[in-house]
Formats: sequence, C-alpha cells, structure tokens
Amino acid sequence: MSDGVSTGAVNRLQPHFATPAQQYETATFGMWVFLVTEIMFFGGLFTAYLMYRIQYADAFAHASEHLNITLGCFNTVVLIGSSLTMALAVHSARMNKSKSIVFWIALTMILGSIFLGVKGYEYHHKWVEGLFPANWFFQAPDAPRQRIFFSLYFAMTGLHATHMIIGMGIMIYISIQALRGAYTSSWYTPVEVMGLYWHFVDLVWIFLFPLLYLIGLH
Amino acid sequence: MEATQDRVTYINAGHTVRSWLLTIDHKRIALLYLVSITFMFLLGGMMAGAIRLELLTPPGDLLDSDTYNKAFTLHGIIMIFFFLIPSIPATLGNFLVPIMVGAKDLAFPKINLLSWYIYIIGATIGIIATLTGGLDTGWTLYTPYSTAFATTNVILPATGLFITGFSSILTGFNFIVTIHKMRAPGLTWFRLPLFVWAQYATSLVMVLGTPVIAITILMVILDRCGFGIFDPKAGGDPVLFQHLFWFYSHPAVYIMILPAMGVISEVIPAFTRKKIFGYGFIAASSLAIAIIGFLVWGHHLFTTTQSMYAATVFSVLTFAVAIPSAVKVFNWAATMYKGSVSFESPMIFAIGFMGLFLIGGLTGLFLAILGLDLHVQDTYFVVAHFHYIMVGGAIMGYMAGLHYWWPKISGKKFPEVPAKVAALLIFIGFNGTFFPQFIAGYAGMPRRYHYYPPEYQVLNVLSTMGAGILGIGYLMPLCYFMWSLKYGEDAGKNPWGVLGLEWTIDSPPHPHNFHTTPIITSDPYDYPEMAEALGAHTGHAPAEVAHV
Amino acid sequence: MSSHAYDPAATVRSYLLVFGALMVFTALTVAAAFVNMGALNNVIAISIAFTKAALVVAIFMHARGSENLIFFCIFGGLFFLALMFYFPLIDLLSRGLLGIPGK
Repeated sequence: MSDGVSTGAVNRLQPHFATPAQQYETATFGMWVFLVTEIMFFGGLFTAYLMYRIQYADAFAHASEHLNITLGCFNTVVLIGSSLTMALAVHSARMNKSKSIVFWIALTMILGSIFLGVKGYEYHHKWVEGLFPANWFFQAPDAPRQRIFFSLYFAMTGLHATHMIIGMGIMIYISIQALRGAYTSSWYTPVEVMGLYWHFVDLVWIFLFPLLYLIGLH
Repeated sequence: MEATQDRVTYINAGHTVRSWLLTIDHKRIALLYLVSITFMFLLGGMMAGAIRLELLTPPGDLLDSDTYNKAFTLHGIIMIFFFLIPSIPATLGNFLVPIMVGAKDLAFPKINLLSWYIYIIGATIGIIATLTGGLDTGWTLYTPYSTAFATTNVILPATGLFITGFSSILTGFNFIVTIHKMRAPGLTWFRLPLFVWAQYATSLVMVLGTPVIAITILMVILDRCGFGIFDPKAGGDPVLFQHLFWFYSHPAVYIMILPAMGVISEVIPAFTRKKIFGYGFIAASSLAIAIIGFLVWGHHLFTTTQSMYAATVFSVLTFAVAIPSAVKVFNWAATMYKGSVSFESPMIFAIGFMGLFLIGGLTGLFLAILGLDLHVQDTYFVVAHFHYIMVGGAIMGYMAGLHYWWPKISGKKFPEVPAKVAALLIFIGFNGTFFPQFIAGYAGMPRRYHYYPPEYQVLNVLSTMGAGILGIGYLMPLCYFMWSLKYGEDAGKNPWGVLGLEWTIDSPPHPHNFHTTPIITSDPYDYPEMAEALGAHTGHAPAEVAHV
Repeated sequence: MSSHAYDPAATVRSYLLVFGALMVFTALTVAAAFVNMGALNNVIAISIAFTKAALVVAIFMHARGSENLIFFCIFGGLFFLALMFYFPLIDLLSRGLLGIPGK
C-alpha cells in the first residue's frame, strides 16, 4: 500500500469512502477498536483470576502443579511461531506474492492446529484425572479453592481456543481469496486485519502461560 | 417543492422484503431497529402493566409469587437490554450519525446490518425463554441465586443477553470508527453537532463496558453448568460478580441517558433559535460522564460485604459524576434564557426531560450518601430514582428526538395537537406513577415483593393510576405517527426551519444522503446569522461542491 | 499506508529478531519461575509478559510508525482494564480493616 492510489485499490473502493487511504485506515482502526473490546472481554476473566489468586495463592499454586509445564512451553513456542508465520503472510501480501500468502497462512494453520491438538490432549488428561470443575470434581483437602483455579483455567483457555478456531476459519476464507488473486500490494487490507486478530490471540496466551502454568514451580 | 414520489428516497429505493432484510443502508437499518425495539417496548410495557395491576391491592391476588418474580425480571431485562440500550443509538443514531458527519453511510455498513441480526437472534432467544418458563432472578442475575438456587432456566435467557451484547458492541464500534474517519471535509471535532458527541461518548461506554457483561454472563452460564467461579461453597465470591456486573451495568445507565442528552442538546437550540450556550462544555461533559461513569459502580454494593473504604471512594466519585450532568442542565437553561422559545412538541418533550432528569439526578445523590443509602437500598425509592433517569430521562429524550426528526425520517408532518397532548400525558402520567414511589420507598416499602402492608396502598393506587395515563401517552405517538405516514402532508427539507446538516437534504433522504459531499465552513447552531437571512440555508450548510 | 519506503529485507529481519527475543524471554520466564523469590516471582513473570506483548504489538502488529489514534486505542483499552482491576482490588484488600464482621 506504500505507492498510494493504484488501480487495484481504486477497484476495491467501497462507495461510501472518498479515497482508498481512508478505506484502509478505517479498516485497521476498526480492528484496533475491536481488539479493545477483546481486551475488556478477556479482562473480566483476568479480574476474577487476580482477585482469587490474591485470596487463595497457595491453593492456586498447588492446583497449578497439575498442569504440564513441558506441554505449556511447547505450546508457547508453537503459538509465537504461528505469530511469526502470520507476520510473514502479511509481509507476502505487501510484496504482492499471492502464493506465499497461502503458504504462510497454511503454516500458521498447521501451527495453530498443533497448539489446539496439544490443548485437547491436556484437556483430556485433566478430565481423566477428575480435574474438570463440575460436580464430579476430585476431593482433595483444599479442593474447593482448587476448583476455582480449574474453573478459571478451563474458562480462560477455552475462550482462547475458541478465538483460535474462529481465527482459523477466517484464515481458510482468506487463503481461498488469496488463491483467487484477490490481494495485491495495493489492496490487502483483509490480510492485515486478520494478522492483527491472530497476533492478539498470541498476546492473550503470552499472559495466560505464566499466570496458569508457572505459579507452582518454586 | 418536488413531490416525494418523483425522486428516489431510501424508502422507495426498493419495495421487496428482501431489499429491506438485506439492506446495508444505515437509514433502513435504523427503521428495522425502530420496528423491533417498539415491539420489545410493548412487550416490556405489558409486564409493567401486570406488575402495576398486581400492586393495586396489598395481598398478592392477581399473580402468584413465582409469576410476579418472572414479570419484574422480564420487565427489567426486556426494557433495559432490548429496548433502552439500543433505543436512541440504534435508531436515531444509526439514522443521523452518518448524515450529521456528512458521510454516505457508517464505516462498516455490513457490520451494521449484522448487529441488527444479532439483536434479533438475541431477542428471539429471550422471547423463547419467556415463553418456556421465564426467568425469576431479577434482571441483575445476582449470584449465587442465579447459579445455584433459581428454579427457572437461567442458561437460555443468559445466552440471549450474551448474544445481544455483541449487537451493542458492534453498533458502538461502528460509530466510533465513523466519527473518527468519515467526517466530511471541514467538519472538525468542534464543529460536530452535540448529538454526535453524545453518540461518541455512548459508543465508548458500549465498546469498553459491554464485553465485560458478556464475559460475566458467560461465567454465570459456566457456573450454572457446574463450574465454581462465583460459588461460595467452592470459595467463590458473589460480590466479585456484582463488581463485574456493575462495571458494565452502571455505565449502561449512561448508554441510555447520554444519547438522550445529545437529542436535548439539538432540540433546545432549535426551538430557542439561539446558538447553544457553552458548546465546548456540553461536548466535554459527555466524555466526562462516559469516563467518570466507569468509576462509580461500587455504589450499588453499599449493603454488601464491600469494604467501607472502597464504599467511601465510590461514594465520593459518585458525587463527581453529578458535576458534568449539572453542567449540561445549566447550559441548556442558559441557552433558553432570552431566546425566542417556541413550544412545538419536541420542545415540550425536551423541557419535560430536563425536569424529570433533574429529579432523577438529584435523588441519585441521596443514594450516593453512604448512610442514607442503607435506609433506602432496595426500596421503592431506588425504583423511582432509576425510572426517573431511564424512563423520565432516556425515553423522554427518545420521544423528543423521534418527534423532532420524524419529518426527516418519514418525509411527513405529524399533527401537532395530539403530539402536545401526548407529551403532557406522558409527563403527568410519569410523575403520577413514580413520584408516589419515592414516598413509599422512603417510608420503607421494599422492591420486588407483591405483598405489602396496607398502609402503602394509597401510594400504590396513585402509582397504578399514573401508569394508566402513562400507557395512553406512550400509545398515542404510535397512532399519529402511523397516521402521518398515510395522511401527513409532505414535510419538505426543513419543516422546523432549523439549522443542521440533516435539514439541508431531502426528506426522506436519498439512499446516499448527499448528492455531493458537503464541505463544512462554519460552526453548528449559528442561529444569529440565520435570523438575518431567514429562509436561506446559511451557516451549517454545504457551501461548496466537492468532487471525489 | 505508511508514507516512508517499505524495506522488505529489514522487515523480515526485524520479524526474525522479535521471534528470537520472544523465545529468549519465554526461556527466561520459565527459568525464573523455578527460583523462589517470593512476591518478586510474580513481578518478574508479569514484567516479562508485558515486554513480550509490547514486542508483538510494536513489530508484528505494526503499531510502531502507526498514527497516534492506534496508540490512543491501546492505552485507552489498558487504562480501562486497569480500572477494572483497581476498584475490586481496593475493595478486597481493605475488607476487614474496620474490624466489623461483614465489612
């Protein structure tokens, strides 16, 4: 988009915008405003986490020991890696390379699937151990307080995983459009906006990982 | 004057059902919202009628306890989430914000349509939940009642609320982006009409607050499924739920009242023919209310285990939010001072708004006082207070706006006499309904009970009579607006002879609003200039033609 | 839509550098978690997480070099998030100070 107004962008101009520049800025600003709503959306869960973490620090630390640190680390690396590949997909769009957009998105989706697969394995493991916070929860001495930890663990990671699944749906759509040659260096706004969304998903995990996995190690 | 049927308007641009249901024109979406929220208003009004009739006599003879609990819960939920929150933003805001900023549409027209569909899905789930047994937790869904004890189905209506929240988020998000990025050339921030400022402030609250209520409701749903986030047995803290709930639900009051204040800021200068007094203060006070509104929610928790220190902080901050509200009222009054005030129906609604909002706002200060609140918490005093704000304030403002812009929306004039009568009936009926409740509440009558001691009966009979008058007042506009669609005379571009970008375009407007992008060269409300050249479109009007 | 010239090689290099830095910080935060430093553990974990987040926002999300409005969004969002943390926190931390049961 660095060369200003070109025919590709003009063809994509929706009737209610005056210039392609206005349309592009509107889309990216819109995505940022949307991400603010996402911050507040996850923020409610983080508030609950903060309040209970202060009250039940020991129970949370004990509960956290049930989580698998190796898998958590592995998933962190995978998700940050998928952010890198997503950044490269947006870069390819900017460089006018449709094929490599699809390549990098495909790689991002593979990494995302690995993350979700590992997450699914962890969920299964917790389920078998009886750590799913429903009424058949295990009866350890401070189980009630640990139950809050696992409630928040499942709510936070579940919501995060839901965002990833939505993101991967968007990626499928964008790759089909990219294969049709919809994106050029003068108009690739949807790719950019999808990138912002995926990086946000990564950001949430950057906070979830230390808060959930790393509090009971020492 | 051009006859309406000869030119293309947003109304006659397509006649099929499909052309309405798949429209991305912000004006048509505004009408879709108008029809849907009017339906929900009638539904919520029926619940209110049932409550008032039940309270006519001390014993619970009309409704049994369970039905009464469901009636007031659904009244609250329908009126707040399905009527008041979308009322002005989604109808008048949707219609006017793009026109007032000189744009052809909102920034994201398809997302605008999506928000209506989300609203409809949420409302449908809400109605299904009502028909399949209702909800009895009160609109506040307080835990652990909603999670552990409620005998009704909480999950279904909560899902409806969760979904509807996103409709509100998308509307607010669309307005913020539109106001930032779509303003016409020359339309600087301080040339924006105050209605747009109010919508901007409202949108900030929607975008920042609504996600929090969404996640809180989600946590309630999870708790209902066996999670233990707010469950006291598991060590959970129900007061935390109240914190999260009121983080949104207190600012939500400003979602309802700020747009109404925006309407009043348009109507008062229009019918005073005078430049608004203190434009900058009114604009800034909208933002101040939106931001300070996020700092006061703890005053709903004075009688819980919230610490006394936190309560003191919240009490002081609650007093602070009265300052920008008062700034607005003083500026409106100063605008009317020595103006040539004329009493057309929108102006009567606007003056009614000022009176009722004043009472509602000042009684809010009573409730912010820690000691006094212990006496009146959960009594009819609180009920009367928030109805003065949310019905006396927000719905009066909505009515004022609807009457003021109806000729623009429909292209037809409505009869003035019944409109004035309706305005008076609503004002009288409203005071009749809710003023006795202040007295009953102060005397100790608690809310949410359908049995009450006989000494409160006189006040309750007065209240129910007022509600009857209020109901007639609300039904009248429905009749004469419908009538005007068929029999009203053509309104022309500017039936009130007032200033504003929306009055320079056709009524009803062309699908693209403006034939050429307007260029703004002056401030809004430049009425002294208008007096010199009455009849000509001066001031806040497109002076030149821009080619894009 | 930035006006300055776009340098592909420098961009890819900055992405790889950020990725490397994120990996290093991840290793650091895990290593720090194994050492018992009391309350300092939390401070370190959160500081590292914020640093990582800042890198992602600035470079991957192109906030660096964006218009001011984007920063207005980010810091506005963080401000209201802080408010949501702050008020329940002062409530929680001052409960019981008065010595009156239930207050």
